[in-house]
Amino acid sequence: MLEEIHIDLPASNEAIASLPLGSVVYLTGTVYTAREGVYHRVLNEGHPLPSGLADRSNVNFHCSPAAAKNEVGGFDIGGVTATASFRFSQYLAQWLDLTGTKVIIGKGGMAETDYKNILAPRGVIYLTTIGYGTGALLGRGIQDVEAVHWLDELGIAQAMWLFKVENFGPFLVESDLQGQSLFAQQGKTINKHLDALYEGLKEPALHRYGETKNRTDELI
Amino acid sequence: MISNQTIETAGYEIMKKAAIDIPEDYLAGIKATAAKESGELSGFVIKTMIKNYEAATSDRRPMCADTGLPRYYIKVGDDAAFEGGFTGIERALRSATARATHDVPLRPNRVHPLWRTEHNNNVGINAPEVEWTFEPDADWIDITTVHKGGLFGTDYRMLFPGDGIDGIKRFLLDTLISFGKRGLCCQPAIVGVGLGGSKDTCMQLGKQAACLRVVGDRNPDPKIAALELELMELGNNIGMGAMGFVGSSMVVDLHIEVGHTHTGGMPMSVHTFCLSSRRATARVHANGTVTYRTDPQWFTPYHRRETVDWAGIEGAEAHA
Repeated sequence: MLEEIHIDLPASNEAIASLPLGSVVYLTGTVYTAREGVYHRVLNEGHPLPSGLADRSNVNFHCSPAAAKNEVGGFDIGGVTATASFRFSQYLAQWLDLTGTKVIIGKGGMAETDYKNILAPRGVIYLTTIGYGTGALLGRGIQDVEAVHWLDELGIAQAMWLFKVENFGPFLVESDLQGQSLFAQQGKTINKHLDALYEGLKEPALHRYGETKNRTDELI
Repeated sequence: MISNQTIETAGYEIMKKAAIDIPEDYLAGIKATAAKESGELSGFVIKTMIKNYEAATSDRRPMCADTGLPRYYIKVGDDAAFEGGFTGIERALRSATARATHDVPLRPNRVHPLWRTEHNNNVGINAPEVEWTFEPDADWIDITTVHKGGLFGTDYRMLFPGDGIDGIKRFLLDTLISFGKRGLCCQPAIVGVGLGGSKDTCMQLGKQAACLRVVGDRNPDPKIAALELELMELGNNIGMGAMGFVGSSMVVDLHIEVGHTHTGGMPMSVHTFCLSSRRATARVHANGTVTYRTDPQWFTPYHRRETVDWAGIEGAEAHA
């Protein structure tokens, strides 16, 4: 059985340090969403962060919620699914320094070098969503929309949402404070057996770029 | 006479059912896959997904927030009588798409490819796609919707006859491995393989093989059926499971569809219908009643044009 751990937010340094790679995590407290729209607005355009953000939440969720305005002036959140994080690595060092964020939640992880160079030195870990399709379970974990910032400027998908969450998960610990990556470890095990799969298959009539990186090569 | 209103309502209902309720054949298939899974992380992911299907059905919320690119496949019986012409049906389904996007809610994924502008309702230029086919000796209209993600897991390659089955295996492995890492194609998936036709029909056949045939269905040609099973086993022996973790759960089922092709080529496409394999079908009967199911029954003998179809012409019986 995988170890299952519940954490109250904001996440303490001790709680973060105690999470083994590959363990299952549920969160209770406040998480905020931010992706390229927010990063660009704050880091490139120089807009200040919403006041008090760092006190309320230190968990950045890479997510675009399916949100619709309801009749009482709030928002209904349907399914919730993370978006692929590897696209945001250029912003992260500066963002983490500015916000004091300690946990990033997203889809698919980032390069192991990003964990080693950017996340781990700042005491930050990465949690991945599971199967990428647990939208209904994650939707259940969101109790309320605490606030939304820059909705008019950035739109529903890119705005900064603050969600009050309870037993929000499950997530898997993808990187730890040593900068190790669960995906990378698993990938190494799988890669050892890949050549054997192709053994005995004859060469294709026409090769492709990708099999060679040299564009002056002939492919036939 | 089938009214446009009946079509609109049926379209709306299947949009909802597809987004929320996992088809029973896929659920049974993934449970069978999970039973064989020895990878701890991969097994955990699948168990969590099964809980997610249950949560979606009981809460009536979409199983996945990325509701893909909703689209339609329509089969019209030769004897079906309906008002408003074929364009009336298409207009009704555009309306159903917009209404369901707001009400379910579905994420309004559809944007202009260049300007990224949207109508917030999954309707736009050439969207949703509506594909038509016809059926003899029937007076009903079948409407199927499929919500399939669009970014990862699909590829096309022009193989040549000399590449043979080895070439097919090589390309399948390339595709499953490259998109399977970190689970980018959201496996375990129903894999569709298109073989033959021209490039566009090859893509279309593979896509329909993935999305419009149920888990457990086999191609009527016994040799192709055997190849389906062989390729499925190959995929599950990669050593990769859900989310690209160590395991065996890559392929829930594999379907091959073929079309006669250019004598010099063997085009092949691969498509993966993900952990949220969303499809639902409505049959609109001649009297206006509607029945719902999850098996599209798309590949009928007529649809595949399995025979040359006429007698007494030289060569008609010669080759299957």
